[in-house]
Amino acid sequence: MLGKLSWDAIPFDQPIPMAASLLMILAILAVLATVLLKGWGPYLWREWITSVDHKRIGVMYGLLALVMLLRGFTDAIMMRSQQALAAGDARGYLPPEHYDQIFSAHGTIMIFFVAMPFVIGLMNFIVPLQLGVRDVAFPVLNSISFWLTAAGVLLVNMSLVIGEFAKTGWLVYPPLSELAYSPGVGVDYYLWALQISGAGTLMTGINFTTTILKLRAPGMGYGRMPIFCWTALASNLLIIAAFPILTATFAMLLLDRYLGFHFFTTDGGGNAMMYINLIWAWGHPEVYILILPAFGVYSEVISTFSGKALFGYRSMVVATMAICMLSFMVWLHHFFTMGAGGDVNGVFGIATMIIAVPTGVKIFNWLFTMFGGRVRFTSPILWSLGFMCTFVIGGMTGVLLAVPPADFVLHNSLFLIAHFHNVIIGGVLFGAFAGYTYWFPKAFGFTLDERYGKAAFWFWLIGFYLAFMPLYLLGLMGATRRMQHYPETDWQPLMIVAMIGALFILAGILCIALQLYVSIRNRVALRDRTGDPWNGRTLEWSTASPPPPWNFAFLPHVQAPDAWWRMKQAGQHTSVPGAERQWHAITLPRNSPVGFFISFFAVISGFALIWHIWWMAIIGIAGMAASGLVHAWRIDSEIEIPAEEVAAFEQARQRSAAT
Amino acid sequence: MQSLWPDHIGVLDPQGPIGAAERLILLNATSIMLAVVIPVILLTLAFAWWFRARNTRAIHLPDWSYSGPVELVVWSIPALVVMFLGGMGWISSHQLDPPRPIASSTPTLNIQVASLDWKWLFIYPDEGLATVNRLVVPVGTPLHFTLTSNGVMNSFFVPQLGSQIYAMAGMTTHLNLMADKPGTYPGLSAQFSGDGFADMRFDVVVMPVEQYNEWLRTSRAGTSTLDEASYLKLAKPGIVDKPMLYADVAPGMFETIIRKATGH
Amino acid sequence: MSLVDTLTTPAEGDVPLSERGPAAVDVVVGFGFWLFLLSDIVIFGSLFAAYAVLAGQTDGGPDGQHLFDRANVLIETGCLLASSFTCGLFSLAIERRAAAATYLWAAVTFAFGAAFLGLELSEFIRMIGEGAAPTRSAFLSAFFTLVGTHGLHVTLGLCWLAVMVAQIATLGFRPHIVRRLFCFSLFWHALDIVWIGVFTIVYLGAAYA
Repeated sequence: MLGKLSWDAIPFDQPIPMAASLLMILAILAVLATVLLKGWGPYLWREWITSVDHKRIGVMYGLLALVMLLRGFTDAIMMRSQQALAAGDARGYLPPEHYDQIFSAHGTIMIFFVAMPFVIGLMNFIVPLQLGVRDVAFPVLNSISFWLTAAGVLLVNMSLVIGEFAKTGWLVYPPLSELAYSPGVGVDYYLWALQISGAGTLMTGINFTTTILKLRAPGMGYGRMPIFCWTALASNLLIIAAFPILTATFAMLLLDRYLGFHFFTTDGGGNAMMYINLIWAWGHPEVYILILPAFGVYSEVISTFSGKALFGYRSMVVATMAICMLSFMVWLHHFFTMGAGGDVNGVFGIATMIIAVPTGVKIFNWLFTMFGGRVRFTSPILWSLGFMCTFVIGGMTGVLLAVPPADFVLHNSLFLIAHFHNVIIGGVLFGAFAGYTYWFPKAFGFTLDERYGKAAFWFWLIGFYLAFMPLYLLGLMGATRRMQHYPETDWQPLMIVAMIGALFILAGILCIALQLYVSIRNRVALRDRTGDPWNGRTLEWSTASPPPPWNFAFLPHVQAPDAWWRMKQAGQHTSVPGAERQWHAITLPRNSPVGFFISFFAVISGFALIWHIWWMAIIGIAGMAASGLVHAWRIDSEIEIPAEEVAAFEQARQRSAAT
Repeated sequence: MQSLWPDHIGVLDPQGPIGAAERLILLNATSIMLAVVIPVILLTLAFAWWFRARNTRAIHLPDWSYSGPVELVVWSIPALVVMFLGGMGWISSHQLDPPRPIASSTPTLNIQVASLDWKWLFIYPDEGLATVNRLVVPVGTPLHFTLTSNGVMNSFFVPQLGSQIYAMAGMTTHLNLMADKPGTYPGLSAQFSGDGFADMRFDVVVMPVEQYNEWLRTSRAGTSTLDEASYLKLAKPGIVDKPMLYADVAPGMFETIIRKATGH
Repeated sequence: MSLVDTLTTPAEGDVPLSERGPAAVDVVVGFGFWLFLLSDIVIFGSLFAAYAVLAGQTDGGPDGQHLFDRANVLIETGCLLASSFTCGLFSLAIERRAAAATYLWAAVTFAFGAAFLGLELSEFIRMIGEGAAPTRSAFLSAFFTLVGTHGLHVTLGLCWLAVMVAQIATLGFRPHIVRRLFCFSLFWHALDIVWIGVFTIVYLGAAYA
């Protein structure tokens, strides 16, 4: 009746996961109770859960990422404390079967459920505004994408309470992840959660590529597109090309595990090396899916706060697209140690190094963007400067790892761990925070508290160096990754320093939480009525903060790059033209609950498949199909905002900005 | 423990020609890149500080956003560095390709390595003995490793000797190393392989040739044999506390391990 | 001066395509669906790659040359190509908003598609009966997955076609329904292209292996 599910699945005997699950369940109950008691349910349903507004969906992605950052960081601090303790004969406090789940969950959550939603959230919120249009190409699909991501998040977190998570590392390499070596449900949780959220990500890729290529304000040719949109385009093209590989690869592993196929098994002629090739054919582009939009954020931030146009715009576009192409030609550098031979290793090593050229060009162009500017030291630019100084180190160690013989001694070591945290924290995460602080006033109409913002930056920066510079050294000393304990007591001091670094990062995270709290409390004082608090350059700053559901009463006419800056130079202080223009009614997509329902049933079928509860899986799949069919018969898919409402909003805004 | 491994600076303290060459590459490549990276960091800080909004002495070029010569320079600098490093990578990935034999007048010692859950089995096919979690080799002798796994993938790695290589079921990989100095060097698996992974540690004991020959003689005096039965016992998932020794090895044992791993 | 001038308004002619503002809904939907098809082709690409790697890994079991019934496959291919042709006629009928013809060609397309699927399933059942199940060897795993994924697409295509017929019947030829029908025909033709790949690489490939 319930497949593999029984009371044994709940880890009553393990205090740490039990306490964590209890805490999580209490938090969820507390949120639900507040919503019910305050009567927020209908509001949330109407304005958020069923919303197809790209801005709302962007905000929800951001919130999801911040919440999951806490979960992923909890795993991180457990790993750091375990390794700080378990030297010599000590075994720490996490037994291997638990520790192995923690590092697997940490990687999975941080990449798929923190970095991805953060980046996709920023793109959701900003891309249509920068393009000067009213929504993405497929607003309902956008909602489905978000809720499928949320479904994946829910499944991963359920594994904490019911059953277990994968104990195989975040990319579940076979043969270890095959049924013969991982008979539990951990790998199945991983696979189904990522299949479901991966489908959502793929739809995002299609949606945003279409949006950027087909929906731009009049006059916005490719040479006038904001650089963030260019990087978003590159990122979404990569999603379209790479995520299907992930889906196919996971499907093969699922067939191995569920139906006894022999894709990657040791017996039957299977080939585990094929999995490793396929997963990195997705995995390496994935890195650029994350970092390219972050590069876009830095470009916008540095240009805005230097009061100058981005230096070498065309060069930046060429560099972005070059990285986009090259990212598919380097996957083998993740396994130089598989014995492919000098020719193959050499070619992939060189291909990898070539990526450093466009990346280096970007760094120089940011540098020259500041040259001759007037740099205002707000927290977004602090994140950007911190990024530039940190990322070049990560880039350098990356090129080092691209030299095959250097990789032969550094592969899988803590040096590698330090390298990719160097580029992902120093690159993606700093970019996400820069973008978050930069665009927050656009989303909510008030700026974030600068003192806590700067404190967060310094804690993160110092924390990063304290946590990961020791890992570079440990890697050179021969320490490999994923060790539950190690006999070398002389590694311990560095491990303790790394642990202290993690505590600094914790302080940084607390500052970000406090910043949000304090800013909401002081929102009246921090209010921005102009819609353009930073003296911005691109179109998102030309509309109100928060923007109305229709974004722009009239689609702006773009004459040049940095469209809003040019308008301001020409003495125009709003993208809404003069009073002689007639106000028009605006049609917008109507809200739809289909994303929520499909994802609800996706969770049910995912859970059922994980636990082999076949009848429930059928219900889940039928539910998804039924939700889709009901939606297919919907005919009133648009609503009309009357001209008076648009006029009233825009006129009120002009009065308010004038005071 | 600490007395066993007095020196833990790993790959920066190589004890053989492969490791030494790799350290050289590490140091060279790092220095070349630092020559660009350090100025970039300093320039970032300098530009940001000098062009701060309140510094009225700094030149103000609000419309300067393109310069052909600057673009040429910024594309050239990374391109030149990468051309140089690329050449280095190409040559070294051939010279230090793991299957490439080490030139030496001393005859090569063949060692077959099988990674098991969670221990390392070393077979000396020509000497007819086998060890677990302890590899004894003579100094100054080229070592040719042939590696496989009985299931899960591992990576055979002795940081102080140099290159690592994957051990994978149903197939073999090759690795050539050499130790220049007697001593005990820690080895490990560098590819996560399950619950007992952290205990997949082994020692490489490098002995002077006479002492090694003596070790061979005394070791062969034992009675334990590595055959299919004792192998299956050893291969059961678990950790071994102490290094083990088999005084005799059934013929074709390594091939048997490969065959068994593929389910035959 | 030329035909082009009479077709495009002067204002449009002066503005490059990329600067004309948001594209029409039909263009956007079609473009998005093309991107979806590309991503689907990447899935098939991965499965083809897996098949190429594993084609020789029979683990002592039967190989393609002995398993495949080429006559059967040829009939299958005929059915699918015929269904693609009738799908084209289906599209033309939709263009003319001719309900009766639309239903007729939908039914014929469905019948050919179902025949293809029936033949494929019977081949699968025969193979499994002969001990050539996907669990037998890596080669068979890759074969069943590649060909089966195509079959799954055909199945979903048939379901989609049935839904679309019901949509025409209940909602008529509304613009958004016509757009969906356009996407369906793209999907159906794309499956043909994939099948050509399957036929060439899997079935002909086995003959010349």
